[in-house]
Amino acid sequence: MTEPETLPYIGQPLRRREDLKFITGRGRYVDDIALPHMLHLTILRSPHAHALIKNVDLVAARAAPGVRLALSGADLAGKIGSIKPNWILPGTKVPDRPVVAVDRVRFVGECVALVVAETRALANDALGLIDVDFETLPAVVDETLAIKDGAPQLHDNIPNNVATIYNVGGGDYQKAAREADRVISLQIVNNRLIPTCMETRAIVAEPNADGTLTVYVPSQVPHMHRRWIAETVGFPEHLLRVIAPDIGGGFGAKMHLYPEELLCPYLARLLAAPVKWWETRSESHQSTSHGRAHTETIEMAVRNDGTVLGMSVETLGNVGAYLSNMASGGPTINTVNFGTGTYKIANYRAISRVVLTNTVPVDAYRGYGRPEGAYIAERAIDAVARHLKLDPIEVRRRNFIAPADFPYRPYNGPSTIYDSGNYEGCLEKALAAFGYEARCDERDRLRTKGLYRGVGIAAYTHMCGMAPSRRLALSGFDRGGWESARVSVDSSGRVTIYSGSMSQGHGHATSLAQIAADVLQVPIDNIDVVQGDTRQVQAGHGTFNSRSMAVGGSSVHVTSRRIVAKATKIAASMLEVGERDVAYAAGQFSVPGTDIAPLSFSKVARMAYVGHRLPDGLEPGLDETTFYDPTGMGAPSGVHMAYVEVDPETGIVDILDYVAVDDVGTIINPLLASGQIHGGVVQGIAQALYEEVSYDSESGQLLTGSLLDYAVPRAESVPFIRSSFQETPSPTNPIGVKGIGESGSIAAPPCMVHAVLDALSPFGITHVDMPLTPPRIWAAIQHARTGAGQ
Amino acid sequence: MTPASFDYVRVASLSDAIALIAADPDNAKLLAGGHTLIPTLKLRLASPALLVDIGGIAEMKGIEVGDNIRIGALTTHAQLLASARLHEALPIFRQAASLIADPQVRNRGTIGGSLANADPAADWPAIVLALNAELEIVGPGGRRRMAAKDFFVDIMTTALNADDILLAIHIAAPRPGTLSRYRKIHHPASGYAVVGVAVALSRQSGLVSHAEIGITGAASRAFTAEAARDFLIGKSLSVETIKQAALLASEEAECLSDRYASADYRKHLIKTELARALVSFEEV
Repeated sequence: MTEPETLPYIGQPLRRREDLKFITGRGRYVDDIALPHMLHLTILRSPHAHALIKNVDLVAARAAPGVRLALSGADLAGKIGSIKPNWILPGTKVPDRPVVAVDRVRFVGECVALVVAETRALANDALGLIDVDFETLPAVVDETLAIKDGAPQLHDNIPNNVATIYNVGGGDYQKAAREADRVISLQIVNNRLIPTCMETRAIVAEPNADGTLTVYVPSQVPHMHRRWIAETVGFPEHLLRVIAPDIGGGFGAKMHLYPEELLCPYLARLLAAPVKWWETRSESHQSTSHGRAHTETIEMAVRNDGTVLGMSVETLGNVGAYLSNMASGGPTINTVNFGTGTYKIANYRAISRVVLTNTVPVDAYRGYGRPEGAYIAERAIDAVARHLKLDPIEVRRRNFIAPADFPYRPYNGPSTIYDSGNYEGCLEKALAAFGYEARCDERDRLRTKGLYRGVGIAAYTHMCGMAPSRRLALSGFDRGGWESARVSVDSSGRVTIYSGSMSQGHGHATSLAQIAADVLQVPIDNIDVVQGDTRQVQAGHGTFNSRSMAVGGSSVHVTSRRIVAKATKIAASMLEVGERDVAYAAGQFSVPGTDIAPLSFSKVARMAYVGHRLPDGLEPGLDETTFYDPTGMGAPSGVHMAYVEVDPETGIVDILDYVAVDDVGTIINPLLASGQIHGGVVQGIAQALYEEVSYDSESGQLLTGSLLDYAVPRAESVPFIRSSFQETPSPTNPIGVKGIGESGSIAAPPCMVHAVLDALSPFGITHVDMPLTPPRIWAAIQHARTGAGQ
Repeated sequence: MTPASFDYVRVASLSDAIALIAADPDNAKLLAGGHTLIPTLKLRLASPALLVDIGGIAEMKGIEVGDNIRIGALTTHAQLLASARLHEALPIFRQAASLIADPQVRNRGTIGGSLANADPAADWPAIVLALNAELEIVGPGGRRRMAAKDFFVDIMTTALNADDILLAIHIAAPRPGTLSRYRKIHHPASGYAVVGVAVALSRQSGLVSHAEIGITGAASRAFTAEAARDFLIGKSLSVETIKQAALLASEEAECLSDRYASADYRKHLIKTELARALVSFEEV
């Protein structure tokens, strides 16, 4: 065994150990799995947004070549459970969601019938032979219309289509509004998005001869899927094995329970054969959860010097036709709890309504609620600066939570706590990196020449790694906040980490190994990381909410320390000295101040398994497991800045520069950290400038049904992103790490919108809703020029 | 999705292709680059009984640049982009090809397929219009040539009969000093033109002696901006002339509105992009 060459690993920009596999096309995804005698499932989806199902005629489909089974929702009723949400905020009315619609469809894309056939092509042929008699009903797709009197009603048990009303706040907003110099109000739309993964969803369920069932699924949360599938299909959980192989992106969309994930296991058992389903891109647009889809109404009660005295937020969160997995928590706790952003606003009043509409269910998408919350806070604070004609930087400084205020409980509210931060520090770094004053001068100078440039800024904070477990119970979140890690050192000294986190391209095989390598002081090449198999990995909650390093990484850290503690006991026994006399450094157990020859980690590992010289009462072996439950959540923060030029003739936005300064606590791997920022910022730019799901307001038809209509930005569409970090360690975990995965998609939308609005300010434009597409910007300019907007 | 089942024949000669298509014109489809046809089949928006793969017909391939220019219908976007001789004669080809989709698509998609498909937002229709190209067509009755301006009829509709095959594009050798430019504002998702403006123009003694303007993306079919063209003839490209020509072009277009862009926006883009194309000639 080689000794470590470079310690510490934490802080080193190591390339992903996974790169070679992925870049050379040797990743193994669910769709790569082909099993003997495998059958293929295809789904007939509703062409209507809202309709009664009068009859499903399967006779011709059942008679078609190669078809083994064709079923309607009525055929499945009572045989398979309904899809239940996993996060049910207290007081939420939950609609029933059959796996396959029985008598009524509520969105375009909902499952109506299914075919299992010997090949996918034959299954598709048979789908075309199914005849469904629908009676269409009026549909509603817009959250502001769905709550109105007389709107089409989706579920009998949910009057006015409102599943939850959530209130949060502190202080006295009304009083603040009375005492303010003025109240500034704005209404903003957080555009509906599709979490576009390179790999669409897929699933293979394989019944085994021993009565067990193996389910291959690209899951961010394999152990959660094991539980949900077992509970809903009615199969013993201990006989179910969930394997998540390589995953081509998740972004939140692969952590929910979908019909196909229940149908394949059910059908595989029924037909005693492996059953596979994979999703086309068009299906993905109409069946995998969407993101965002809010309308917010905001009031800011301010003094003329820019001090915010109070804030009021009303959110309408469109969650689609049913409550998806986490849907009651997204527009509520995850959004409006964060409405005050990085600012000290003592008087806050927020109300959020969770609204059902005839659209694809909406659930987590990179940041889930925090991008919406930051967009509220940032658009509001920028509006304050604009209305008062103050420098947006100065208004932010005036209201920032100060470093001495941490831990900070915004508006003295019930549950939100920011553990640490230094916003002013991030701001100063960002201003310097961006060259703020020079840029503003240049912008002003070029405006006189008819060039429209703009500077945008956004600050953000949020909370990562939902925990501790006991507190999650209060919000109705039916899972824990811990993560497990098993660190197993074999008799040669080779280390295997079994982690309940789940990489979907994140590079956990590198970052988790870096954490363990530092504690164990072994070369990273001697450490393997195992994830994504419920039979190999003891337990876990998976990867979401930027929790993998803060919770999963801390779990690996704590467990590795336990390994060292036990190894130290063994070393002391081998060296015949007291345990306290043994020091462990550079992979050697030594007795400082003596000439006793040190012992290597691998020699101690060997002894752990030979067992001859263990201290009394110590078990052989070197294998530890931790279920790490954090005491609190880390709050990442940051300041992003953008510089843009708008062509007023075409409305095209050219992004000239983008600077991101993020404080995510201790950085484990700066290369992967910057990669997370890059990816998140690109998705944030996508929301700000490109992406929007559209539905026809009358028919409820999905108008962005493919990537021909739904604009995902290309590489050429995004700028070089200059990412750097400030490290304010989180006091909530032993590494000091906070989450990073969602930072970019939280900060970038308001940052980009502010930059464009600044560029458009000579026209008197103060608001354009996302996405700021060229036609939309052009229309806003025309509107302003004709004076209609003034 | 997977396509419905169909028969597939790869023909070696033009006459075989003609014969197969003529036998059942309504149920047979020609397969060239396949970049529109295959997705259409996969989505089951079409389910022809027979696909006639014409990819092996030598006569339909290649770029000849001599006294005149002949481009086989099967020439890929990538080949049009790469051809040095074509670039020398008419740089607009490389310029336009570089704005079409991405390298993978350019490696397979063909100019003939693009023209025959007549997507109202495709790029090549504007180019062939601006260059006054002639399209060589073969059918059961033999060969004929048609001016590009007579070829595009409506959305996805050309003057081709169901049993016709587009064989080649012919372009007269450009006059010395001919300037050509294609400007395109692309749709952020599809990459197709929201508006594309192709201009070919030559001058004598500083005055425009010949001009042609092809516009795509804006209307239900690619068209030539005739009023703007006529206005330009005999004038110098002054700021005022350019402005007036751009206005004329935008006014003569019957623009489409869709979810992404309004007709007004498209009209404005015609004006902006034509003006910018003409200004770029002044900068040459």
